[in-house]
Amino acid sequence: MSDATLKPVATAAAGAVAFPPEAALAPAAGEPAAAVKTTRSRATLTGRIANGNLIGWVVPALIVVIWETLARAGYLQPNVLPAPSAIVAAAIRLTASGQLPESIGVSTLRALAGFVVGGGIGLALGLANGLSRLSEKLTDTSLQMVRNVPHLALIPLVILWFGIDEGAKLFLVALGVFFPMYINTLHGIRNVDPQLVEMGRIYGMKQGELFWRVILPGALPSIFVGLRYALGIMWLTLIVAETIAAESGIGHMAMQAREFLLVDVVMLSIIIYALLGKAADSIARLLERLSLQWHPAYRK
Amino acid sequence: MAIHTATSRRQAAAAPVYAGAAARPQGGASVTLRGLARAFGDKQVLRHVDLHIPAGQFVAIVGKSGCGKSTLLRLIVGLDQPTGGHIALSGAPGGEEEPGSSGVRIMFQEPRLLPWERVRGNVEVGLGRDLPKAERQAIATRTLEAVALGDRGGEWPSVLSGGQKQRVALARALASGPRLLALDEPLGALDALTRIDMQRLIEKVWREQGFTAILVTHDVGEAIALADRILVIDQGTIAADLVVASPRPRHRGDPELAALEGRIIDALFNDQAAGI
Repeated sequence: MSDATLKPVATAAAGAVAFPPEAALAPAAGEPAAAVKTTRSRATLTGRIANGNLIGWVVPALIVVIWETLARAGYLQPNVLPAPSAIVAAAIRLTASGQLPESIGVSTLRALAGFVVGGGIGLALGLANGLSRLSEKLTDTSLQMVRNVPHLALIPLVILWFGIDEGAKLFLVALGVFFPMYINTLHGIRNVDPQLVEMGRIYGMKQGELFWRVILPGALPSIFVGLRYALGIMWLTLIVAETIAAESGIGHMAMQAREFLLVDVVMLSIIIYALLGKAADSIARLLERLSLQWHPAYRK
Repeated sequence: MAIHTATSRRQAAAAPVYAGAAARPQGGASVTLRGLARAFGDKQVLRHVDLHIPAGQFVAIVGKSGCGKSTLLRLIVGLDQPTGGHIALSGAPGGEEEPGSSGVRIMFQEPRLLPWERVRGNVEVGLGRDLPKAERQAIATRTLEAVALGDRGGEWPSVLSGGQKQRVALARALASGPRLLALDEPLGALDALTRIDMQRLIEKVWREQGFTAILVTHDVGEAIALADRILVIDQGTIAADLVVASPRPRHRGDPELAALEGRIIDALFNDQAAGI
């Protein structure tokens, strides 16, 4: 966990710049479009699947179809791995009773609150330490020491401090989200092209203007990598915290279902976590694309 | 006019030195260096440089890499501080010009455009924040037209070619109507044909606007094509100060220019034997 906060950041940074989804898919996109020339509607549908974001859903859809087929054929025990249709039924049942929307709401609110607190502090300290040597000397050593403690290892201590209240979850999520935001913001500011900063100075930009026009936009790609990474940590932390100690939320719903051997509800909880994670990442990518239009890697 | 070597005096006698500059409107700043020195640790990069550049002159500084020519330019525009001597820049009306003010601009080998600003926004960087937005846009558009990029104002810099990016950088430097334009090998990264194009463009705007231009280059042919006067820097001092008296526009392959180029190259590689 402690390593995970730094190392994947570097790979994620490289990945974000070098492999935009469209670029990676571009060679594959040509083939089906060229092969299918039978009817116009089919060609455009294939084209849309190949060019758009839809292609990412082909593999999950295929897995669901195979899974359902195997379940119907009786190869899968319903009390081990229920069919997708059973999970959908559970979702409909829990939505009707109001338990599912409420759990999703509670978990999302927790995640966002922790994210805002931890991410906000991480961003602020990253900016401060990136811009001021004094601030970095003062705080960086302490932060690097704390970073090496896996934040989930603090769960027993956090339960002693906060009980299993909201405070415990908020604290853990904030702590987990803090480091990727802090490290990537710092890294982004440090790696702003010094030639551009020099140019800004020669053209008479004052400190404030230099920050808003040169330093912050230059650091933004790296800040977004931190944001996306922090969103991943956010859900991970929340899942663990809710599973261990909670009285509401999706994790609590899953643990309750486990006691009554409701495997379909447990599966549903896991899938909802996956969808929430995907939704958060998609929103981050949309923001990224909107604010990094100038960057060749993010342009359509 | 303070001129330093015996060589340059001979040259000055042979041809009217500043005839070209005097004919232009007084839009430039003059530059005077007195005993200028710059050391990095023990290494003396520039030693006791005296130089006067009259307003409106186009001066080229040539020299081998590491001879101190870029350092000299950075000192003149205030990007670096001298360890000895002093620099005076004065505008045409007699006022002092500060580095970082709109009167002194520098163009680098790299365009250094802000990738997150559109082309017009990048040119507006050269205008500061004092003018109203509409006026800034109008000036930026006009300056882009002057560098033949009038229709590209709304593009991102990343879609432009290397030569186009340098033209945007030139427009940014020119937008505020500088009195001194320092050019630090601005064409070094361009291909040969684009370079000739850019040389013509720089000469054209210099003739129109009358600023003082100081071009650092390692391309002797480029220096001869553009400059009124060529300074050869060697081992931290001005080894030769030559006047290029040929009328403009100059034609490449002119035998007189070719002979001058030969003399400068000789001076760069073997200054004793060349006898200049």
